[in-house]
Amino acid sequence: MNEFLQQLLNGLSLGAIYALIALGYTMVYGVLRFINFAHCDVFMVGAYIGYFAGQHLPRATIWAGIVILLAAMVGCAILGMVIERLAYRPLRAAPTLNVLITAIGVSLFLEYSGQLFFGATPRNFPDIFPTANFHVGALVISSNQIVVIGTTLFLMLVLQLIVHRTRIGTAMRAVSLNPNASRLVGVNNDIVISFTFGLGSALAAAGGILYAMNYPSIDPLMGVMPGLKAFVAAILGGIGNIPGAALGGLLLGTVETFVNGSEYSTYKDAIAFGILIVILLFRPAGLLGKLMVEKV
Amino acid sequence: MPRPHIALLLTIAASIAVTHFSDSIDAYLLDVAMGVGINVILAVSLNLVTGHTGQFSLGHAGFMAVGAYLSSAVTLHLGPVLLGEEGGGALGQGGVFALALIVGGLCAAVAGLLIGIPSLRLKGDYLALVTLGFGEIIRVIFQNVEWLGGALGLVGMPAYTTFAWTYACVGLAIFAVSCLVNSTYGCGFRATRDDEIAAEAVGLDTTRYKIVAFVVGAFFAGVAGGLFAHFKLTIDPRGFDFLRSIEIVVMVILGGMGNTFGVILAAILLTILPEALREVAEYRMVIYALMLILLMLLRPNGIFTWKPGSRRP
Repeated sequence: MNEFLQQLLNGLSLGAIYALIALGYTMVYGVLRFINFAHCDVFMVGAYIGYFAGQHLPRATIWAGIVILLAAMVGCAILGMVIERLAYRPLRAAPTLNVLITAIGVSLFLEYSGQLFFGATPRNFPDIFPTANFHVGALVISSNQIVVIGTTLFLMLVLQLIVHRTRIGTAMRAVSLNPNASRLVGVNNDIVISFTFGLGSALAAAGGILYAMNYPSIDPLMGVMPGLKAFVAAILGGIGNIPGAALGGLLLGTVETFVNGSEYSTYKDAIAFGILIVILLFRPAGLLGKLMVEKV
Repeated sequence: MPRPHIALLLTIAASIAVTHFSDSIDAYLLDVAMGVGINVILAVSLNLVTGHTGQFSLGHAGFMAVGAYLSSAVTLHLGPVLLGEEGGGALGQGGVFALALIVGGLCAAVAGLLIGIPSLRLKGDYLALVTLGFGEIIRVIFQNVEWLGGALGLVGMPAYTTFAWTYACVGLAIFAVSCLVNSTYGCGFRATRDDEIAAEAVGLDTTRYKIVAFVVGAFFAGVAGGLFAHFKLTIDPRGFDFLRSIEIVVMVILGGMGNTFGVILAAILLTILPEALREVAEYRMVIYALMLILLMLLRPNGIFTWKPGSRRP
């Protein structure tokens, strides 16, 4: 029982990170209807910004940690907007496939420029928050897990407020419902899409820092696997659906941690995709998504 | 004899002739040429699925892996039994290799069938994702099968792949795919791509067409995998990850979807390009990525929009 709770806790903290990345995928899919493959590399850039910022700030204090987190989020938000402006906006009218390939191009570009500038060798991510282990009964709760789950909850709350309580959030929902109609009622789609990219990239950066805190070895290709799994999480919850992405991330993280703790641990990467396939075959719109009828 | 058949025979004859003189050709050039051939087979087979039938698949490297592993299993485990002590001579080895390629291709085709039946009900992005998932699952399975080398990979395949084998297969793949697509039956592929709902409305079984395209595509990917395994002589599961699939997809898209001639040119270009950029090795993947983005921005319909036999408007 104790082991079960411990694994559940570990799973939730991994799932929280997947959820943060999945939110970016799902929001971009909501407004533009394409898979932003470069998202996982924005996640990687976030971790690197954290690494370099960490060298100029005092180690392991709460304030420095928050500053690093904010720096990475702002840096990646700008990066996300620049990517959207330069690579995706000119292709607004192009077929999905072309945008997808461009996204893959941007992804490769970030990965290999990362290898060029940061070097291909993994680096040790410093402790940016103070670390300690708390014992609750027989459970061991690390402070990192508290930071991960707390930050994720806070960011999701903020996101929920932005999407449902602000003008720009209303505009985002309008664009994702019907881009042409939203333009007719005076929404500037370009600004909304740019904002969505900024918001999603900022969440990915936070995810990157939190991931690097738990798995403190960062390299330019670190984003690929978490990125793919976060995307699976987004689909699992129903792509384009924000609470769905959070749910999908938590579910996937938990299942993966349990598989990792069992005798089938070498299959853990396959399990994530297995779940994806089963979900798509039996409930193609995801757990919380609504199936759309295609009109001729 | 119809023209495609003559072209096929000429290709095979020419490739055998080149192999005959292979001693006097620069080994590096020959290596690059064989790499080009294998990529052409992969691109042409994916072109049937993505270009002609319009089904976006990101798992092509998975089928290649199936072909590579199972054909290697044939030459490593069955080969010595069939050839006996003496090694069987050139003819016997050729027979074993042909058997290995066919087994690799058929196993990949079966994998394609098993994956295609459930996943081809999905469309667009979802299909892309499910095929990506299956591709990764195939890779993880090979990572865990001990008698196929596990995570370390499989080594020690005999170097059976020659220029003749490669280009005979290239010829066969192009021949089979273009004959299939240009036949009356092949109109169904294009109808499925152009408008699935309209195709269904006139009574075409679009799911069936998609599965046929998928299985034939997987078969040739398997053959290409077999050639690849006996060319590199060492394979490991990481070589067939989703980046490899993307490389093949990029060839199809740059060549202009459904344009066989363009896809062949794109496969040649994209194989030679990294070789040509070897001088600036550290920048070459960055340049490759930048080129990809720029090409998509500037020439969204592929670089080669010209098709042989079509007049300019």
